[in-house]
Amino acid sequence: MARQDRDWFAHAMLGLGVVLFALPVWLVLAGSTQDSDAIARGDLSLVPDLTNFSAYPRVLAHGTMGAQPVWHMLLVSLGMALCIAGGKIAISILSAYAVVFFRFPFRKIAFWSIFVTLMLPVEVRIMPTYSVMATFGLINTFTGLWVPLIASATATLLFRQVFVAIPDELVEAARMDGAGPLRFLKDIVIPVSGANIAALFVILFVYGWNQYLWPLLVATDPGLDTIVIGLVKMIGVETQTDWSAVMATAVLALLPPVAVVLLMQRWFVAGLAEGEK
Amino acid sequence: MERRTVFGGWLLPILLVLPQLTLTGFFFYWPAAQAVWSSMTTQDAFGAGEVFVGLDNFSELLADPLYVASVGRTVVFCVTVSALAMGLALALAVFADREIRGKGAYRTLLIWPYAIAPALSSILFLFILDPRVGMLGRPLNRMGIDWDYHLNGNQALLTVVMASAWKQVSYNFIFFLAGLQSIPRAVIEAARMDGAKGWRRFRTINFPLLAPTTFFLLVVNIVYAAFDTFGTINALTHGGPGKDTETLVLKVYRDGFINQDIGSSSAQSVILMLGVIAITALQFRFMGKKVTE
Repeated sequence: MARQDRDWFAHAMLGLGVVLFALPVWLVLAGSTQDSDAIARGDLSLVPDLTNFSAYPRVLAHGTMGAQPVWHMLLVSLGMALCIAGGKIAISILSAYAVVFFRFPFRKIAFWSIFVTLMLPVEVRIMPTYSVMATFGLINTFTGLWVPLIASATATLLFRQVFVAIPDELVEAARMDGAGPLRFLKDIVIPVSGANIAALFVILFVYGWNQYLWPLLVATDPGLDTIVIGLVKMIGVETQTDWSAVMATAVLALLPPVAVVLLMQRWFVAGLAEGEK
Repeated sequence: MERRTVFGGWLLPILLVLPQLTLTGFFFYWPAAQAVWSSMTTQDAFGAGEVFVGLDNFSELLADPLYVASVGRTVVFCVTVSALAMGLALALAVFADREIRGKGAYRTLLIWPYAIAPALSSILFLFILDPRVGMLGRPLNRMGIDWDYHLNGNQALLTVVMASAWKQVSYNFIFFLAGLQSIPRAVIEAARMDGAKGWRRFRTINFPLLAPTTFFLLVVNIVYAAFDTFGTINALTHGGPGKDTETLVLKVYRDGFINQDIGSSSAQSVILMLGVIAITALQFRFMGKKVTE
């Protein structure tokens, strides 16, 4: 087979893949500009009506019947995603730094007790975690939405790997200059880990934004509905679903995490491939 | 690997690990212990308190045909989703690894779905497959094909499998592409000179060298399909029709939160934890050196 032919085949296959992923999103984008009644009748079209974006201000300001306005849901989701990403990065940097740069009693035990939590997602321990939350009075609070989700080992392991690779000479030089451990952390360790922090931020932001089961359990107060929860509630209303509102909300729910992934793609891809192996 | 140079003192490092240890204790070890305890108790008939029943909850579960059916369904679901998501991702990665024009754009356009929430992927599929408003679902019915995942269990399962696999392809794609790109060019050149072509070269050179990546992804995909798809399934079918799409996580949720059967739900949680620990142990047995060395 000639080289030209093989290239042509690769283009066709990749093009097909691109369409496979873009089409469903294009469909909601187009649908969000169409009339709800027409969609309910089955007249969903792939051609957007470029003169009608009225569904967006409508859902942003008012939501659908009985629901929170979408701007509020977006705010809750943003807060949750940022707190999870920031919180997890902060506690992981601190604990990885302690484990790598110090020798202290119970160091091995501390590391292993964190390490064991590596693969155990919140989904497998829903009931008991819920009752612990109830003990602390964290049900239906914003704190309850994010704090339990930052207790896991993935980020700690990643930072441990990064910190172990920092050359000993750097530590010695810092000590000779009289820099204490906190100075060294702030001036050397965090700056050299910048790319890893950026990658982890993307992964954790997306993870936080996309949570579903946990907020469903821990926050029954509609004032704490995230955008993902709110969207699923909208389609739960079987009769009289306002389809263009649902689609506009879906687009708004997609935009922030997709934007973060696209804008930080370079760090994210490198960080993912080297970090999670 | 240990550092030669470290800082002195022990109070500061303990203060530094304390936040994470505290959170891990409260939100991981305490719930895990509580799950083990609740799994061995039952509410007494008047709801006045807990009664210790040993392993009764477990033996009841394993004797319950509904639970066994849910286990079987979850296995089928995990295997199908992983196979689909990984197969498609590998094929796309092989093409994206070629030296063709616009490969950077292709990569970006295949990576962005990573950002889509599992629950959202099922809403996107609703607009394609719903029998009333769906782009494909409605024409299918108009052509006389009985397509309705609200009523037909097999169609419901097919729909959630597609939505779940669709969302996971881009993650697998990133890893397969990185794996393919780390294969030394010299190895591929040598194979080319020996006359190995196309499929044969892929099967004898690339695929074996991708084995660690494939194994890692297999574990991640199974864990994803088993747990992260809660949102996908719950948003689209709620585990129905009947129990035809009720995987183990949905059952834990339904028995614990909807039916308030804490003992049984906790026993199910404990079984799931043991399952994840077994998978993780297996993973580290084969490729764990890197993490703990």
